[in-house]
Amino acid sequence: MNVTTTATTNRHTIAVLVDNEPGVLARVIGLFSGRGYNIESLTVAEVKAVENLSRITIVTSGTPMVIEQIKAQLSRLVPVHKVSDLTLEGPAVERELALVKVAGKGDKRVESLRIADIFRARVLDSTNESFVFEIVGDTGKLDAFIRLMQPLGLVDVSRTGVVAIARGAEAL
Amino acid sequence: MASNQLTGAEILLKALVDQGVDEIFGYPGGAVLPIYDVLFQQNAIRHILVRQEAGAVHAAEGYARSTGKVGVVLVTSGPGATNSVTGLTDALMDSIPVVCITGQVPTHLIGNDAFQECDTTGITRPCTKHNYLVKNVNDLARIVHEAFHVARSGRPGPVVIDLPKDMAIASGTYVPPNRVGHKSYAPKVKGDLDAIKRAVELMAGAKKPIFYCGGGVINSGPAASKLLTQFVRTTGFPCTLTLMGLGAFPASDPQFLGMLGMHGTYEANLAMNQCDVMICIGARFDDRITGKLAAFSPGSKKIHVDIDQSSINKNVRVDVPIVGDVGHVLEDMIKVWKSSQAKPDQNALKAWWKQIDQWRARDCLKYQQKGDIIKPQYAIQRLYEATKHLDDVYITTEVGQHQMWAAQFYGFEKPNHWMTSGGLGTMGYGLPAAMGVQIAHPDALVIDIAGEASILMNIQEMSTIAQYRLPVKAFILNNEYMGMVRQWQELLHGGRYAESYMASLPDFVKLAESFGAVGLRAEKPGEVDDVIAEMLKCDKAVIADIKVDKKENCFPMIPSGSAHNEMLLGPGDEAEKPVNEDGMVLV
Repeated sequence: MNVTTTATTNRHTIAVLVDNEPGVLARVIGLFSGRGYNIESLTVAEVKAVENLSRITIVTSGTPMVIEQIKAQLSRLVPVHKVSDLTLEGPAVERELALVKVAGKGDKRVESLRIADIFRARVLDSTNESFVFEIVGDTGKLDAFIRLMQPLGLVDVSRTGVVAIARGAEAL
Repeated sequence: MASNQLTGAEILLKALVDQGVDEIFGYPGGAVLPIYDVLFQQNAIRHILVRQEAGAVHAAEGYARSTGKVGVVLVTSGPGATNSVTGLTDALMDSIPVVCITGQVPTHLIGNDAFQECDTTGITRPCTKHNYLVKNVNDLARIVHEAFHVARSGRPGPVVIDLPKDMAIASGTYVPPNRVGHKSYAPKVKGDLDAIKRAVELMAGAKKPIFYCGGGVINSGPAASKLLTQFVRTTGFPCTLTLMGLGAFPASDPQFLGMLGMHGTYEANLAMNQCDVMICIGARFDDRITGKLAAFSPGSKKIHVDIDQSSINKNVRVDVPIVGDVGHVLEDMIKVWKSSQAKPDQNALKAWWKQIDQWRARDCLKYQQKGDIIKPQYAIQRLYEATKHLDDVYITTEVGQHQMWAAQFYGFEKPNHWMTSGGLGTMGYGLPAAMGVQIAHPDALVIDIAGEASILMNIQEMSTIAQYRLPVKAFILNNEYMGMVRQWQELLHGGRYAESYMASLPDFVKLAESFGAVGLRAEKPGEVDDVIAEMLKCDKAVIADIKVDKKENCFPMIPSGSAHNEMLLGPGDEAEKPVNEDGMVLV
């Protein structure tokens, strides 16, 4: 078969090492929007100050043919040094951080603190009627925590998006 | 000022000279005045003043495609930059090396909505291979050298350098082009030898093979076309070319099946449909080639040679991908083919050629020139007959029916002699492109095969042609319609010709004369040869207005959404095979 429509869609985490220069993030994002690819999460920060390199972690989804395209398209951007599909290239660890604000009084307030304890979330800020929790984990864990906070007075969420790194001794 | 210090404008010009630039196409304006001031005081680089910036980029494209060099454009900020966007996109789609320098408002005004300010790097990011905003004059020389390297290497493309006015005035240090590679950009040139061996093995076992080659062969340089010709002849396989690839293999060669795709020949498209091994070299399986993807060459193993990894497996899944420069890969392929003493099954090949000859016998390009009306195909065929013996003929086209007829009826023996807007399909491309070709080849015959609608989109360039006394010939197939639009309206929209009739056309003869050119007209078939002869004799620019059949459609045609074996061969087929409605949403 030549067509891809029947193939299944999978979630991939892709790490991209780029020159830390103006416009580089716009190039990456523009490529995704211009070609109709999904971005589920995107994080970026400088990782090697001396070499002036930033690392972008993108979580995307698509058929194997689309994922292959995304990697090829990323690779041909001039400031891109390396593209690595962490989902395909062996085991990797992924983490995300969320700041979760819950407002409430009485039982609900106690309950939110109890659940935060179970999830090993930390309290960063507290007033008589609110908490700001910090929680770290994979996307599923964060989703579960936020879902549990919903009926307990969830008012605001800020998430970093996924960062990921391959297991073992090898560098990107 | 220290002796090794130059102004940004001087650095720019010095870098251009060191990059081997002789000519640039441009249009001045406030933000580039310091550069024009330096241009004025030197003789190494000749500036060609166009009449609109889109014309400058198309001229640079024509220049680049006919020489293999990088075409260079210089425009001002704001509207200068936005007018060049169509040309840049055209160059990106067709992989043409262009460096476009755009002026910008001074650094301190960027972001202030200053006069003639626009976010040039933002606007051109998706329509260039790469772009730069110069923020430090000491980076300028490096950026210019890098821009040329990026534009011409790998899969070529347009690169923009956005230069704020204060950067052109500030003093900085010049650095010559160095040979140190770019830290992240390094296109792969050599193909993987194991893959090449597997490809040759597949080819050796083929019973119904076909070479399907495109613009990548031309971009790889004239040597690649020679290697391709040699390899096709050694194997004895048939060869078809895309619109962009015409000239990569001689049209007169008996192994050539003509162009393939939407308006390709019956034999080329059916051979693609029925083949068992497809050798795709420097082409990209775009929708004009494949037709309906699910029915594209269903029984074949596919080999794909391309310098751009992202072209591989984009539309069509291939069996043997080879990432590398066409010239290098062909060289290795020929070596492996020879050393392995590959010998395909001759009986099978004979049977395959017999089948192809049967398809050829349908004579899919036939048309009838009778009566008093000039058939457009006839006009191009006569033009070809009158010029094919000449050594150096360059043909450019606009976009539409005339473009397809030119591709079908004009035979190209050599690469770099055919300039047409393939990917973007830019009406208005041909005249400025012809201008660029003529600048690069002052003594050659350069003809823009045009339509009356397209040529009006950049007709202002007649003024440039006049200024530089360029003997460009515009050969207009004038059917008073946007012919291809009209054809689709006939086929898909019940003959409701919405806005495709070209009312109030100019008198092209008088138009030519007003620009100091010669205007000619043919209204009857008997006048075509005379007009062509007169046009070729003339040492000035010519507009030849050939009044052709208003109702003629371009066949063969694979309607969008259809497969290669569902071609319409002529007007009679339209009724028999109504166009499938799935195709209506496609372009």
